[in-house]
Amino acid sequence: MLLIKLFFAFLQIGLFSVGGGYVAIPLIQAKAVDSYGWISQTEFADLVTIAEMTPGPIAVNSATFVGMKIGGFAGAIVSTLGCILPSMVLVSLIFFLYNKYKGLPLLDAVMDSLRAVVVALILSAGISLFKTAVLAGEDDTAITIDVMQLLLFVVSFLILRIKKASPILVMFIAGVAGIVSNLVIEALL
Amino acid sequence: MEKIKRLSKLFFNMVYISSFTFGGGFVIVSIMKKKFVDELHWIEEDEMLDYVAISQSSPGAIAVNCAILVGTKIGGFPGMLTAVAGTILPPIVILSVIAMFYKAFAENTYVNMMLRGMSAGVAAVVIDVAVSLCIKETSKKNVLNIILMAAAFIAAFVFKINVIYIIIVAAVIGLVGALINRKEKKNVID
Repeated sequence: MLLIKLFFAFLQIGLFSVGGGYVAIPLIQAKAVDSYGWISQTEFADLVTIAEMTPGPIAVNSATFVGMKIGGFAGAIVSTLGCILPSMVLVSLIFFLYNKYKGLPLLDAVMDSLRAVVVALILSAGISLFKTAVLAGEDDTAITIDVMQLLLFVVSFLILRIKKASPILVMFIAGVAGIVSNLVIEALL
Repeated sequence: MEKIKRLSKLFFNMVYISSFTFGGGFVIVSIMKKKFVDELHWIEEDEMLDYVAISQSSPGAIAVNCAILVGTKIGGFPGMLTAVAGTILPPIVILSVIAMFYKAFAENTYVNMMLRGMSAGVAAVVIDVAVSLCIKETSKKNVLNIILMAAAFIAAFVFKINVIYIIIVAAVIGLVGALINRKEKKNVID
């Protein structure tokens, strides 16, 4: 019974979170905290932190976390399946339509404009990520730059552009460099 | 045999990408583009951008939606299941483990230092992909699209407008632009 409830709760979350993680968060809160009381508000805040600290989509991470907490491993699987099922049906359908009508001049023209917009959205996401990575203070009046982070960014960016290095390798090395630089600075101070 | 090889390659690439991709849908999409367009040449760049637009405007996680599209393109229905399985396996395993001792994980200094460093690398990856795409898009010299690109950037970055609305408005403008274009061409022929 619990597994069925979990499945349908996350099915709704999957169905209504159009536009990615930050749309999913309030929906998860409404279901898992407010409606069913599966997790507390504090646990929910922890969940958001952890979902951001770990790889993978926030909706899938949350489904696994909530499912695991209240229904064990079976709960985790059932919630995750519920969460991705609407996408699998709807996106497959859209793919079918896209493939069928691709080549129609009007659709091609619309998709051509959307490609330009997607490029802008990726750039916007990139600059937001840059801001979070490089700005140190959360104070609105004064901008403090984390010099070490800026250096890491510049080096990573140059390696990617000039050497065409593997992005995952670059991210991983940046992470290790983050630990090393912190430890070195601590040792020096 | 050839097909199974391709599917297993798809699966392991998705597992690899999904295991190491921190920071939201656009990060994973940028890395998928690098892998499947630039490295493996399985998908055309334009088609990949269409997938991103579709993923962004469909229900569900962007990474899962994009995996569905990439998987179907590469291997039909089995390809879709393979790609989705590869995408959700790492988060399921990682979160199942972390759900048990998440406090220790979230408060660990080394984990935090590593994630902070990684965030700089992640930003570099996404901006690198965006810069390459921007250069290509502007070199096509399509005035309407360049204006749309600039407007979409301002709407998303400065005004923080929900991307769904941006995509819908751009689709309408693109459609109207195409209709006007067609009419003009017809008039020229007449």
